[in-house]
Amino acid sequence: MKFDTSGFETSMPMIGFGSSSDLLDGFSSVPSFDLPRTTDFDGFQKEAVQMVKPAKGTTTLAFIFKEGVMVAADSRASMGGYISSQSVKKIIEINPYMLGTMAGGAADCQFWHRNLGIKCRLHELANKRRISVSGASKLLANMLYSYRGMGLSVGTMIAGWDETGPGLYYVDNEGGRLKGDRFSVGSGSPYAYGVLDSGYKFDMSVAEASELARRSIYHATFRDGASGGVASVYHVGPKGWTKLSGDDVGELHYHYYPVTPAIAEQVMEEAAAE
Amino acid sequence: MTKQHANWSPYDNNGGTCVAIAGSDYCVIAADTRMSTGYSILSRDYSKIHKLADKAVLSSSGFQADVKALQKVLKSRHLIYQHQHNKQMSCPAMAQLLSNTLYFKRFFPYYAFNVLGGLDAEGKGCVFTYDAVGSYEKVGYSAQGSGSTLIMPFLDNQLKSPSPLLLPAQDSITPLSEAEAVDLVKTVFASATERDIYTGDKLEIMILKADGIKTELIDLRKD
Repeated sequence: MKFDTSGFETSMPMIGFGSSSDLLDGFSSVPSFDLPRTTDFDGFQKEAVQMVKPAKGTTTLAFIFKEGVMVAADSRASMGGYISSQSVKKIIEINPYMLGTMAGGAADCQFWHRNLGIKCRLHELANKRRISVSGASKLLANMLYSYRGMGLSVGTMIAGWDETGPGLYYVDNEGGRLKGDRFSVGSGSPYAYGVLDSGYKFDMSVAEASELARRSIYHATFRDGASGGVASVYHVGPKGWTKLSGDDVGELHYHYYPVTPAIAEQVMEEAAAE
Repeated sequence: MTKQHANWSPYDNNGGTCVAIAGSDYCVIAADTRMSTGYSILSRDYSKIHKLADKAVLSSSGFQADVKALQKVLKSRHLIYQHQHNKQMSCPAMAQLLSNTLYFKRFFPYYAFNVLGGLDAEGKGCVFTYDAVGSYEKVGYSAQGSGSTLIMPFLDNQLKSPSPLLLPAQDSITPLSEAEAVDLVKTVFASATERDIYTGDKLEIMILKADGIKTELIDLRKD
């Protein structure tokens, strides 16, 4: 019997010709990319990345608990020291029961999550049932692995609810894929982990968990200059995801640490007009 | 032996600034008309604004050769869309097309900083802002290009609207009237021209409304 190696064939083109032929046939095959014709690909990519300056500063987190998966993120995008946006959607809705978080290059995350959504839909149509979180994360990880070393910057978590219950995977641009029940990704992640780990219990209610997630993001935005904007919190349950809250972190600060008016000892009053 | 780096770069920056503001039933897209290279001015009369569809207008600063190539690709894709669907592309559809077009050159990017302005299906103004490789976001206003860091803080001060990520959701459309928005754009470019060497000469303003497109050309400092 001939050994079937078709599963090993990657459809990723190493040389990016032929993109004009799939003008009308957008996503059914792996997108083929134009590559610069240079002998120094790495040097070129280094410079190109400088030009693009992907948004790296971010805080995203997700954890599994009794009632499902809680996913939260900030919304700041920075290019070097400049804040290019305070309203970036870092929690991407892949489909009604699966979410992806964005950390690293904004364009990379947006594009590959959309691509993943298309693949998940195609899987549903081909197999007459929803794709598992494990399967979806594997699809993404394999895609990213085939572009390994080319300078993509993606640090994402795939969170969802499938037949086996809640699922959470971390996937990055190296092609790494980790199953776990607590992750935080981005420059603000150490701060988020501190708050998240100290407050985490498996048996939390949805309200407690969402408050913990929100507070973790808030504390990360407080200490990390590259994180800020709006803290969004989503919950993934058996019926799909729902957005629970979206709060401006500047206002959250005064919500957690309200300013008590100081009692003035002496009050300056206007002199009465003569 | 140290690595030999290329003495030639395929990119150049032709400077310039682009701004767009979305209103309740209009969209204002503006750009200066100076095209430069290094310290030299190549043209004082170069339009950076291009109409892609009836309801979608693109304004791009950066490397104008890449911008021209990008427009060609978008124009031809739009033509195919019109053949297949018997109608013009809507602004949100064009926004997605632009994002994908930019990302397909992820490893050899278009050096173009784009702002797409237009009207959505309901006739409300919409502005989409992009980075060089295609990440995009629907916003109420945006500035891109060499003067963007001078202009954005001022627009934030005047127009800052509640973030679309807040829950309960709040609208991100500017409450300004069309005349106020045009006035704001003129003010903003006058200030940017003072402090950015790559911005100046003339200001081209395109106002998109449901009944058509109006264009204004205003002088700016030429030094």
